[in-house]
Amino acid sequence: MDLVVSELAVARGGMPILAGVSFALAPGSTLVLRGPNGSGKTTLLRTVAGLQPALSGRIEGANERIAYSAHADGLKAALTVAENLDFWAAVFGGGPIAPALDAFDLRGLAARRAGHLSAGQKRRLGLARLMVTGQPIWVLDEPTVSLDAASVALFANAVRGHLAGGGSALIATHIDLGLEADVLDVTPFRALANAMDSVDEAFL
Amino acid sequence: MRALLVRDLRLALRAGGGFGLGLAFFLIVVVLVPFSVGPVPDLLARIAAGVLWLGALLACLLSLDRLLAVDWEDGALDLLATSPLPLEGVVLVKAVAHWLTTGLPLVLVAPVLGILLNLSEAGYVPVVVSLALGTPALSMIGAFGAALTVGIKRGGLLLSLLVLPLYVPTLIFGAEAARRGAAGLDASTPMLLMAGITGCVLALMPFAAAAVLRVNLR
Repeated sequence: MDLVVSELAVARGGMPILAGVSFALAPGSTLVLRGPNGSGKTTLLRTVAGLQPALSGRIEGANERIAYSAHADGLKAALTVAENLDFWAAVFGGGPIAPALDAFDLRGLAARRAGHLSAGQKRRLGLARLMVTGQPIWVLDEPTVSLDAASVALFANAVRGHLAGGGSALIATHIDLGLEADVLDVTPFRALANAMDSVDEAFL
Repeated sequence: MRALLVRDLRLALRAGGGFGLGLAFFLIVVVLVPFSVGPVPDLLARIAAGVLWLGALLACLLSLDRLLAVDWEDGALDLLATSPLPLEGVVLVKAVAHWLTTGLPLVLVAPVLGILLNLSEAGYVPVVVSLALGTPALSMIGAFGAALTVGIKRGGLLLSLLVLPLYVPTLIFGAEAARRGAAGLDASTPMLLMAGITGCVLALMPFAAAAVLRVNLR
């Protein structure tokens, strides 16, 4: 099933920032979002993930099929790497965590506390979480922050594996992951700032 | 949901999880009360049930601001909200975990601390039963308050102000049941009323808490 977004408008802090965004994401494909800082990539991703309501427009095919990953990884410093992954695997219905540990080269760290990992290792653990969710659509916000070149390659491989298994990915990123991907620049969709005032004006 | 419960219990018991904070506070309050009111056994016996209830309530309040704030700060709450778990269930499980790590230990040490307050012999069972029935409501109401203040830095003060009035009915009936029991009177009416409040809170509050959490996560 495709993820179809049509004529979507999103707001942050009460200000509309994107309007008229439309795209479709078929199984096995990747869509990369680009745009300068503050252009609304994160807000668009949060809306697609269901964390905030859209101002207008429709999102179809996203319900309960999304694994979302943002700037914060949601790791518990007091739990070990394996315990963190086991928890998310159980929440999402329990896949084995071994493939995820291998894909992100975390095998040797499995018994370490997440609080003792470096920033890049934490990020790898956060991304490994995606693999244990078993969700078909990955919605990723700047997934390569604090990753070195080798880890970016691991991540790109994981995404390729996910696509080969019929999954799809929606990624906001600035670097070239070396993936076959469509690119959507969100800059042209910038919303007019007064688009939201219309309702209030009736009462002023 | 069981995985979430196990994780929360594990986090509470590991270093830095804050387990024992409420217990230590409860102990301090109850130990200091005889020093502040003076060595009058009759007076202590009269106020013992009320002091135990008040101490338990304040100890419960102390740990509420970490109930959801920790998960919010590290992003886990966003990820839980996008997971297949219903948010109502997430809030309920977090309240249960809070009760198991804060409320239940308070219930269990209350009889021991009752000795320090010269609690009458007839009072032990009513105090423990009323605390066991009432503290789950304190945790669940607290989870609602935590959901209301989740995005606010240092929201502890606001949380306390919001939650205190909601705690009043539980405190009134709980302390009354314990006091009547300690005085050798029939405590079943306040006990039943308090159990009813706890039942209502457990049935309704998860929905209210999940609704405000959805707004706060935007």
